Amino acid sequence: MSAPTIHLATFTELQDTAGADFVAELVDTFLEEAPGLLAELRRALAAGQAPAFERAAHSLKSNANTFGATTLGALARSLELGSLAAAGDGQALDAVADEYRRAAAALQELRHG
Amino acid sequence: MAESGARLLVVDDNKVNRLLLARNVELLGHRTERADNGRVALEMLRAGAYDLLLLDIAMPEMDGFQVLEQLTADPALRDLPVIVTSALEGLTNVVRCIELGAEDYLLKPVNPVLLKARVNASLEKKRLRDQQKALVRRFATSAVAQDLEQSGFALGGRYVQATVMFSDIRGFTALVESQAPDETIELLNAYYALMFDAISGHAGVVNQIIGDGLMAIFGAPLPVPEPALAAVRAALDMIELIELFNVERAAAGKPPIHIGIGIASGEVVAGYTGTQQRATYTCIGDTVNLAARLEAHTKVAGQTILIDGDTHAALGGRCATEALGAEVFKGKAAAVPVFAVAVPR
Repeated sequence: MSAPTIHLATFTELQDTAGADFVAELVDTFLEEAPGLLAELRRALAAGQAPAFERAAHSLKSNANTFGATTLGALARSLELGSLAAAGDGQALDAVADEYRRAAAALQELRHG
Repeated sequence: MAESGARLLVVDDNKVNRLLLARNVELLGHRTERADNGRVALEMLRAGAYDLLLLDIAMPEMDGFQVLEQLTADPALRDLPVIVTSALEGLTNVVRCIELGAEDYLLKPVNPVLLKARVNASLEKKRLRDQQKALVRRFATSAVAQDLEQSGFALGGRYVQATVMFSDIRGFTALVESQAPDETIELLNAYYALMFDAISGHAGVVNQIIGDGLMAIFGAPLPVPEPALAAVRAALDMIELIELFNVERAAAGKPPIHIGIGIASGEVVAGYTGTQQRATYTCIGDTVNLAARLEAHTKVAGQTILIDGDTHAALGGRCATEALGAEVFKGKAAAVPVFAVAVPR
C-alpha cells in the first residue's frame, strides 16, 4: 500500500472552502460516527442483511472521500459494491478497521495542525 | 439572491454529510434546516415553506426515491426544486432521480463550486415559477388557477394534444354597415355570451376574440378527457344557440346571422404569453393554422362545421359526418382530409 492515508490536497481544499474550525468539528463528528458504521458492518454481515451492510459501507465511503481518506474510501467502496460476499470471513472488515485507525490518527494530527 | 437568503432543507442520514452540506449552503447566504431521513423531511416540508430541497438517496426508513415519488404526488410540493446529493454510483440512479423530477444529481463528495451553481440555478427557476403562478392567479379565476396547479400544468410552454376551434360570423362586415354602431356592439355582446356558454359548457376555453371571430381550445390548459368530441359538441350547441338567437332577431325584425366553425386536433405548443400586466393563454402550431383554414373553408364548401381527419377519427362515429375529400390548404404541404359535421335542422 503506497497510497497515502489522507490525500492532503483534498483535506486542505475542504478546510479552505468550509473553514478550518468547521472542519475540525467535522472530523470530530466523523470520529464519533465511524465506529458505529464499522460495528454496523459487522452486525449486518452476521445477520446477513445486505441492504444495511451496503448502506453502512456507502456512508463510510462517502465520509472517507470527503476528508481525502482515499484508501479507506476505496476499501469501503468495494464493500458497498460487492456487498456481503465482499466481506469474506470478515477479513475485509478487519482491513477496513485497520485502515480506519490509520486514517483516524492522521485526521487527528491534521485537525490540530 | 444571497442577501435575501433562501430556506433550504438538507436531508441526509449521515451526520458528517448533513453538517458539511448545510455548512456549504449557509456559506452561500442561505438558511438551512436538517432532517436525517425521508419521513422526517416530508413532515417538515408539509409544515413549512421551503425554497429548495437537498436530498440524499440511501437512507433508512424512507429513501430519497420514495421522497421524490411523494413530492410528485403532492400538488403543494410538486414544484419544490430538489437537488439530489448522493454517493450512489451508476447512471441508472441518476436517471431515476431525474425521471422522478429532481433538478439535478450531484455526486458526493459535493464540489462546493458546483453546488453553488446548482443551488443558484434551482432557486432562480423556483423564483420564475412562483412569478408565473402569481401571473396565472391574476388572470384566471382562483378556481382555474388552482385547477391548473393541481393538474400539474407546466406554466411555461409545452406540447399538448388539444383540439382548436375557430368560429366567425358570416357576412359580418355587410351587417355592420347596414346597422347602427350600438346595435353592432349589442349584437356582438349577445353573440359572445352565447358562444362562451356553449364552449365552456364543454370544458373549452375561449382564448382570443378578434372582431366577430373567436378561437377556443379544448384540452388545454386543463386536460379534457375527449377534446375532439367536446369541441364538436360545443360547435353543435353554438349552432343551436344561434338558431334560437335568430328566432329572437326575426321577432325584432332583424336579419338572421350565420356562423362558420373550423375544428382541428393534434399537437400544439401551449403556454402563457404577454407581459406582467397582460398575459393570455395561447396555442400555436400547425393544428391552430389548420383550424383557421377549415373555418375559412366553410364559406367555399357551403358548410357550417368543418373538421380535420384527426378530429373525425377521434369522434369514432359518435357524430354524423360527411367526408368531403382531401383539400390543399395554404401552409400545408399535403392535402388534408376534410369532413363536414351534419347539423340537425
